[in-house]
Amino acid sequence: MIYREAGQFKTSYASDQAIFPIAQDRWVVVLAVLAAFLVPPLVANEYWLQAILIPFLIYSLAALGLNLLTGYAGQLSLGTGGFMAVGAYAAFKLTTAFPGVNILIVFLIAGIVAAAVGLLFGIPSLRIKGFYLAVATLAAQFFLVWLFNKVAWFSNYASSGTITAPPRTVFGVMVTGPGATASARYVTALALVAVFALAAKNLVRGRVGRSWMAIRDRDIAAEIIGVRPLRTKLLAFGISSFYCGVAGAELVFLYLGSAETLAFDVGLSFLVLFMVIIGGLGSILGSFLGAAFIVLVPIFLTRVPRSVGLDLPVALQKQIELMVFGALIIFFLIVEPNGLARLWQITKEKLRLWPFPH
Amino acid sequence: MSVRRVIIGLLAIVVMAAPAVASAQAKEVFIPLLVYRTGPYAPSGIPIANGFVDYFSLVNERDGGLNGVKLAWEECETQYDTKQGVECYERLKAKGPVVVNPYSTGITYQLIPKAPVDKLVVFSMGYGMTAAADGRWFPWVFSFPTTYWSQASAVIRYIGQQEGGMDKLKGKKIAHIFHNSPYGKEANPTLETLSKQLGFDLTLLAVDHPGQEQKSTWLQVRRLNPDWIFMSGWGVMNQVAVKEAASIGYKMDHFIGNWWSANDSDVVPAGEGAKGYKGATFHAPGTSFKVHQDIVKFVYDKGKGSGKKEEMGSPLYNRGIVNAMLSAEAIRTAMTKFGNKPLTGEQVRWGFENLNLTEKRLEELGMKGFTHPIKVTCEDHEGNGPVLFQQWDGKKWSLVSDWIPTMREVVRPKIEEAAIQEGKKLGYEMRDCSKAG
Repeated sequence: MIYREAGQFKTSYASDQAIFPIAQDRWVVVLAVLAAFLVPPLVANEYWLQAILIPFLIYSLAALGLNLLTGYAGQLSLGTGGFMAVGAYAAFKLTTAFPGVNILIVFLIAGIVAAAVGLLFGIPSLRIKGFYLAVATLAAQFFLVWLFNKVAWFSNYASSGTITAPPRTVFGVMVTGPGATASARYVTALALVAVFALAAKNLVRGRVGRSWMAIRDRDIAAEIIGVRPLRTKLLAFGISSFYCGVAGAELVFLYLGSAETLAFDVGLSFLVLFMVIIGGLGSILGSFLGAAFIVLVPIFLTRVPRSVGLDLPVALQKQIELMVFGALIIFFLIVEPNGLARLWQITKEKLRLWPFPH
Repeated sequence: MSVRRVIIGLLAIVVMAAPAVASAQAKEVFIPLLVYRTGPYAPSGIPIANGFVDYFSLVNERDGGLNGVKLAWEECETQYDTKQGVECYERLKAKGPVVVNPYSTGITYQLIPKAPVDKLVVFSMGYGMTAAADGRWFPWVFSFPTTYWSQASAVIRYIGQQEGGMDKLKGKKIAHIFHNSPYGKEANPTLETLSKQLGFDLTLLAVDHPGQEQKSTWLQVRRLNPDWIFMSGWGVMNQVAVKEAASIGYKMDHFIGNWWSANDSDVVPAGEGAKGYKGATFHAPGTSFKVHQDIVKFVYDKGKGSGKKEEMGSPLYNRGIVNAMLSAEAIRTAMTKFGNKPLTGEQVRWGFENLNLTEKRLEELGMKGFTHPIKVTCEDHEGNGPVLFQQWDGKKWSLVSDWIPTMREVVRPKIEEAAIQEGKKLGYEMRDCSKAG
């Protein structure tokens, strides 16, 4: 009853092409975004902000980036961690070289640097695809991490090879460095992810996204109808790497505070790929759902035994957590191979008919 | 006995007991333990965690806590992973801890900027960022009894002694095999400086996380045939390295691990081949000390031990004891100034900074000959303790050297230089130690 579109008439092209054609959706999203901006900084304690919500937002952004590439353009990539590292190290080098530049601009430029690197590693995608491309991008992952570990210039010759986020402000509010409050970091991460999610949504609804999907579904057919494969694929690599690069910079500057190359190892690439698969390939919402699943569920599982009064040894607890987490992933993929986003879509379709199903 | 006497007696008891009853609830000091009992670093992480917990249990069981204040702790599994470590730290921070022992250089790097904001001591005993040993720039970080840089200088001095004099080092080939992370890289600058000063050839060989794959490293070792190998490894990397060295027939008594690379679990898998392997340390191995007997008596015999009784006395287990003891003694020092009650992070920081662990105190703790006395000051959070060397004879570790002094004249100026660099990065200012309380 609540979720009815009866009576909502689309009288113009604009209303027909809106992101959320149904009023209920629109309001829910607007309220959710408003709530995300207002509620956690006021209500949540530092643990929630710092250890759960900020990493969730950053991983969402990375998953969003990979989803554009893998979900929409069909190019399987395992180089996400490497591209995130490019963003992080670029942001570090830029902000230490130009301390006066606003950190948000630094993030964007770092994203552009990552995009350039992504373009470079996207070139093989014209000739190879599928698993072969995954292996080629894996090379990017290993090469980039090795490069940052090997060449001391990237870490400003720090003896340990660690990069540290220096204190920087946005509109006079400290957002990076030790003095920044968790709320300030959270709002910054949220603002960035909101803007980029909107941009991604519009991108995939338009000409670019349609050409990506055409390539993904059948590249030869796409070429015949006039989509230029090289340009389209490279664009996907570039934009995806841009998103990942910004996420990598945020990972160091807003979340960890300092990082070594180990933070960007191949495990991170897999993690983001899992987020995309579990959340739903080719879905903007799916990127968020997948990130939430991968970030929140392990933390939740760690806390369950203690909260019900079971005082298990930590090692056993960790092993149980890994087993349950693995089983949950398998369960979700069996129940809905298209990811959590698809589950949500089915729920909405059921809601439209509720309470009078056929 | 008259009724009056009984009443007076009862009153006296009540008056004396009342404060104890009233303040019995909150008399605890909370210490978070970031442990890793799973994952590729578990072989090193388990004995440390066990030693830690057993010593804290001992303090509670034997002494009833520190001056009547019980120690409370909670473990959190990090898998030696920085991100999980940060999550653990944030979660346990809510319980009002006073000191955190990260047990990972990576996690220490994350916590150093947070410590002054959260008013919480970061105690990275013999690891972490060496630059933070300058207390004028990093008031909240402590790395005594010694640091990686001092350790490296002591290792070179030891090698010099074995060769028959520091001048004999000229032209010798020394290889440093290190974990390719902030931790493993720590010793490199010191080794490079010393190689220039003393004229030995230094080769740096990196091993990537987690360290199971070392074939190419050992091919290089074979080609190079160094006179000495120094290793900064951790977890599974150590046993692989020792096995590889044994399989290429490297002279094991010229292979020295740093103090995180010389535990039972590192040499046992290589069997006979590991015989002769050496390691740096700052405390004795084995269970021949009174503190171990006490742990058996007060903890294991009551069924409260955290590991197996037979596994006591391994170097890393003993390291856990030393670390727990130093944390406890620092809190006790703080109590001499602020009273026997649960303290704040700031008060405990004072305790760390004024810690003076004498020979006499070590004897009282049942640790005579177990480790070295330490004095910490405002400038010097390193304590600059000397280093011991131990050797594996196929069954157990035994000490093969006296206390080898570090090269403070080389290391300290470098620490001060690095502290300025690292401190400025975080926007710190130098503290005036003459005004520190």
